[in-house]
Amino acid sequence: MTLKDLRPGDEGKVVSIGEKGPARRRIMEMGVTPGTMVKVVKVAPLGDPIEVNIRGYELSLRKEEAMRIVVE
Amino acid sequence: MSYTIALAGNPNCGKTTLFNELTGSKQHVGNWPGVTVDKKEGTYKKNKEINVLDLPGTYSLSPYSAEEIVARDYIVKEKPDAVINIVDGASIERNLYLTVQVLETGIPTVIAMNMMDEVERRGDSINCNKLSEILGVPVVPIIARSGKGLDELMKEAQKVATGKKAPGQLQIFGNDIEDAIEEVKGYLTEGTEEDRRWTAIKLLEGDEIILESLHPDTSKLIQEIVQKMDSKCDGDTEAAIADKRYQYIGQIVKKAVKKSHTGHMETRSDKLDKILTNRVLALPIFAVVMYILFAATFSESFLFIPDLPSPGVWLAGIVETAWGALTDLVEGGLTSLGASDWALGLVLSCMDGVGAVAGFLPLVLVLFLLLSFLEDSGYMARVAFVMDRIFRHFGLSGRSFIPLLMGFGCSVPALMASRTLENDKDRKITMMITPFMSCGAKLPIYMMFAVTLFADSNQTLIVFGIYMIGLLVAVLSAFLLGKLIKGDEVSNFIMELPSYRVPTLKSVLIHAWEKVKGFAIKAGTIIFGSTVLIWLLSNFNFSGMCDMEESFLASIGNVIKIIFIPLGFGDWRASVGVVTGWIAKENIVATFGQLFGGVSDEVVEAVSAGEEALPAITAVFSPAAAWAYMAFNLLCMPCFAAVGAIKREMGSWKWTLRAIGYQMATAYVVALVIYWLFGLFY
Repeated sequence: MTLKDLRPGDEGKVVSIGEKGPARRRIMEMGVTPGTMVKVVKVAPLGDPIEVNIRGYELSLRKEEAMRIVVE
Repeated sequence: MSYTIALAGNPNCGKTTLFNELTGSKQHVGNWPGVTVDKKEGTYKKNKEINVLDLPGTYSLSPYSAEEIVARDYIVKEKPDAVINIVDGASIERNLYLTVQVLETGIPTVIAMNMMDEVERRGDSINCNKLSEILGVPVVPIIARSGKGLDELMKEAQKVATGKKAPGQLQIFGNDIEDAIEEVKGYLTEGTEEDRRWTAIKLLEGDEIILESLHPDTSKLIQEIVQKMDSKCDGDTEAAIADKRYQYIGQIVKKAVKKSHTGHMETRSDKLDKILTNRVLALPIFAVVMYILFAATFSESFLFIPDLPSPGVWLAGIVETAWGALTDLVEGGLTSLGASDWALGLVLSCMDGVGAVAGFLPLVLVLFLLLSFLEDSGYMARVAFVMDRIFRHFGLSGRSFIPLLMGFGCSVPALMASRTLENDKDRKITMMITPFMSCGAKLPIYMMFAVTLFADSNQTLIVFGIYMIGLLVAVLSAFLLGKLIKGDEVSNFIMELPSYRVPTLKSVLIHAWEKVKGFAIKAGTIIFGSTVLIWLLSNFNFSGMCDMEESFLASIGNVIKIIFIPLGFGDWRASVGVVTGWIAKENIVATFGQLFGGVSDEVVEAVSAGEEALPAITAVFSPAAAWAYMAFNLLCMPCFAAVGAIKREMGSWKWTLRAIGYQMATAYVVALVIYWLFGLFY
């Protein structure tokens, strides 16, 4: 399951984050590391990007990026 | 002895608020060399010996954005006497990620634990003494907005700066990585023990800038170590290092932070956000906010009340009237002193030049009061969140919406608003296409042609058509430029949505003031110089002062008209119009009034309002040529004021000239196509 599959209100635990590269680096720097709990807060009015709560703050990312984050 | 203390911290952690509190009015803003990142410096208001420098807000010290490179180069190379690392206590884990990297540099550091009021309100508590014990550096609780704890903070900062005590090494990485760090360190010869350790860590993180700075042989050896390490860490040492840092942060937070709730708790900000970015309400609210932003700056009938000028228009009116009165006074004074025509003309043209700069200041002021409010309150991030879906298709981010929208009012503040774009490439593209949004000053040109040449057609449709051409060209340009301009990073949308906060009046005022001052100084020189130059050209020939018909400008018009023959308006008067349009686009109408029949000021005013025709221009312009002329003036180089704003925001002549070159070429091609297409119909 990926972060994109979670619905607003759902919570998951990060398992892995996509492939090596700048986007992954950025995601990890922002605190999305394996083992962290992440909760989907909402989806933007036009359907994309999404807003998640992680480590006590709100982070937005596109569905394309959320797709690469495997959660359980 | 004087010290330099640098402020480092995440975006939205209250760093700028702290800077403003520490320095008060004793600050100035410049640019970091080579990049368009603000460099803010000031002196501590309670001790003039202490220089305070506000580094750009960053989440990390990796070299992936201009801000991050500036911040880390400063810390590592310039070595301030101390760093104050501001940590937002309300999202302490992510903030500490930067902290552990700052501590790795070995520069004396104090941690300012900010937003302690918000932490308390949530019912949480942070044990600063415990944290200080673990990290080995002083940790001072503060509330930057109210100034609480700042004296204590500065006392500690001075202590570490004079003591020059480097923070101790933290046990973060575990044996495998530590061994690799030692191995890499063995190949490094320059700098202190701390420098070499920091460099080694960055090299293991795959830092290309540092790798390239090394001798090729050394860099090859180090790359081998990194590869060896990669295979030990699931193929990605960099990710392993980030993970280790967060694990370490997790441990210390467990020891020093008490949370009243486990998991996610709804704050006031969350409740507000539920309304502001609600699926149904978000777009209407967004539209209202954007309307207010636009109307407060540019509207003649604010909030739909007829004849109620908006604050921006009202202030601009006052400035214009006052400047006009002053000009009259000077003119009267000089005449009574018996000044010669040319001396009088020169002085008046200089005053016009200054007036041109001054006239924009109210618009810049009002727009930036509102924009800093939106930025500081946290709504700006939501603008991007809401609009991202649409703008991504054009290769831009949602934040481009604001400069582009403002472009319909006036390009000058619009171009300056592009500063809120974080990505350098997005910012450049947005600036290049913002002038394609037809600004208010271009409207009189369309009105003039609509009344004179298209009296029988639907004139609203003609004006609308021109606006649409601008939009279409802007969209296509965004695509094209997206392919042409090299970006420094992959476009992504991994962005913090900061908590909503009521901005402090002080921050909003300081920010708006900086913008006004920056525009007046940086853009002002360009505007002033060009205005005076064009005045000289249009009022002089080799035998002295003359009418525009015999001036240098007329001669120039006679030469450059050749260029415009393929566009249908190869006429010297039309060419002169293009040039005087660069002072201000609405000047084209006045120039035409003068050159096509020498009509009075009242007639010119009626023409630009679309109430009266200027029949003489039908002899020169066919309907197709009129379309081409309107499109050309819409798309070609904007007025000098806008060019000044582009120069200020691009921070380089190279990019300013590229932008102008692109606009000129686009204008020519589009006008050519239009002339040819419309020639088929008319």
